[in-house]
Amino acid sequence: MNVEVLEDERHHRFVLNMGPQHPSTHGVLRVLLELEGEYAMSLLPVLGYGHRCHEKIAEFKPAKSFMPNTARMDYLGALIYNHGYAQLLEKATGVEAPRRAEYIRVITSELNRIQSHLLWYGAYLLDLGAFTPIMYAFDDREEILDILEDITGSRLTYCYYRVGGVCKDIDDKFVTRTRAFIDRLRGRFPMYDELVNGNVILQKRLINVGDLTPQTCYRYGITGPLLRGTGVAYDLRRAEPYSVYPEFDFEVPTETSGDCMASFKVRFREMEQSLRIIEQALDKLPEGPVMAAKVPKKLKIPAGDYNSSVEAPRGELSYYLVADGSDVPYRLKVRTPSFSNLSVVPEMCEGMLLSDVVSAMGSLDLVIPEIDR
Amino acid sequence: MKSYFSELFTGAWSLIIGLKVTIKAMFRPIVTVQYPREKLEITPNYRGHIDLVKDEESGSHKCITCGSCMRECPSDCIVVDGEKREGVKGKALTVFTLDFTKCSLCGACVEVCPTDALDYSNDYELAGFTREEFHFDILKRLEERA
Repeated sequence: MNVEVLEDERHHRFVLNMGPQHPSTHGVLRVLLELEGEYAMSLLPVLGYGHRCHEKIAEFKPAKSFMPNTARMDYLGALIYNHGYAQLLEKATGVEAPRRAEYIRVITSELNRIQSHLLWYGAYLLDLGAFTPIMYAFDDREEILDILEDITGSRLTYCYYRVGGVCKDIDDKFVTRTRAFIDRLRGRFPMYDELVNGNVILQKRLINVGDLTPQTCYRYGITGPLLRGTGVAYDLRRAEPYSVYPEFDFEVPTETSGDCMASFKVRFREMEQSLRIIEQALDKLPEGPVMAAKVPKKLKIPAGDYNSSVEAPRGELSYYLVADGSDVPYRLKVRTPSFSNLSVVPEMCEGMLLSDVVSAMGSLDLVIPEIDR
Repeated sequence: MKSYFSELFTGAWSLIIGLKVTIKAMFRPIVTVQYPREKLEITPNYRGHIDLVKDEESGSHKCITCGSCMRECPSDCIVVDGEKREGVKGKALTVFTLDFTKCSLCGACVEVCPTDALDYSNDYELAGFTREEFHFDILKRLEERA
């Protein structure tokens, strides 16, 4: 950390660089803090350390070749990013994925969402100074990674979905392992609850810290568990149903207080809902092919503009594609949730204690490669 | 005054409940694996870098040097080349290299292959000191295996 003392007529403020390699700013986020004593008077997130020109890369190669790049944007919700992109190209070209493929997409996407929330749970509490929970969370997360590895071939940056389906069918082993995992995680929730959720230190650090109102969320375009923590039941799986989500019975968990504790609880309840979706999808799993019969080798996209949105673990993810009639996109814009969520930091954290800044920023569940793509 | 003590008591009790969980965990079986000394078995479906499949009949590879994988690769990391030889139908494979520094393991090459000549290897312990160590000569690897 660099410490630089600024002389001011009235105050003695000093500027502090938190990051780009600070343990509580995951990835390479740098926050320029102006401190007065222990209070952060102004904050400025500085981006650009992990920029890889993903959107520009998309303009130089055939649209379907961009699939592996989507996974690198959000390494925790890779399958959901795959899902949004596959859906975008299916919309654009009129290819339809078979029902079985859609079911498999839902099952694997929800497993991916749970995995993301488990990592957030561990890492967030680690930021707050509790070391043990990450070990328990990783124990469960490892099981998800093993299940997904067996079917997709990778553990983190998946490239499993294709335009018109998924590249590999699931087998009985996957189904039995996933069912066993559902039971296992359901049995573990009370343990997580006992471990920290009632903990007095956690409550003191989360309750009434980082308050958000629905109005603030609308102004900044905040979505996901943060918005649901303020009492707005906005989940794209319900608000703008895609894939086969309308066929499942699940709730959109909300809390009303809008502080860090609210989004903490929302994420927990979301994991339970994801388990419910997976369970129903496994019960209803139809037979049939997992790839559309006819997918053209050279995927020409008719001229026009297309949009596809999905609910990522951190909020609303949108792809916007402008095509000029060739198989290479003219422009691809990705709207990632963390970018909008991060932009509230200067307003949300102004005048906070430095230690509260850590807990408020942690509750945003930032994934930096998604902001800086 | 009374609320102060009751808060103190409930607070302390919540910490004890948390400790109970960790104490219980101490008597559960160990889940961590001491990696370099112990290794978990890797799933056969693991997608490592590509390798040529050994054809049991001919003892060689099945590649027909069509170059589909080379064209399909999003990152241009595969180079395939062949030459015309007498007695061999089509082109005979002479060069098959993979630049693994650029590969993103998407699997497009394996899927597009018309003769199923490619497969994923199960190598995961890949660490090196120079970039050149990751410029794999896939053809040579096949010969070494044979």
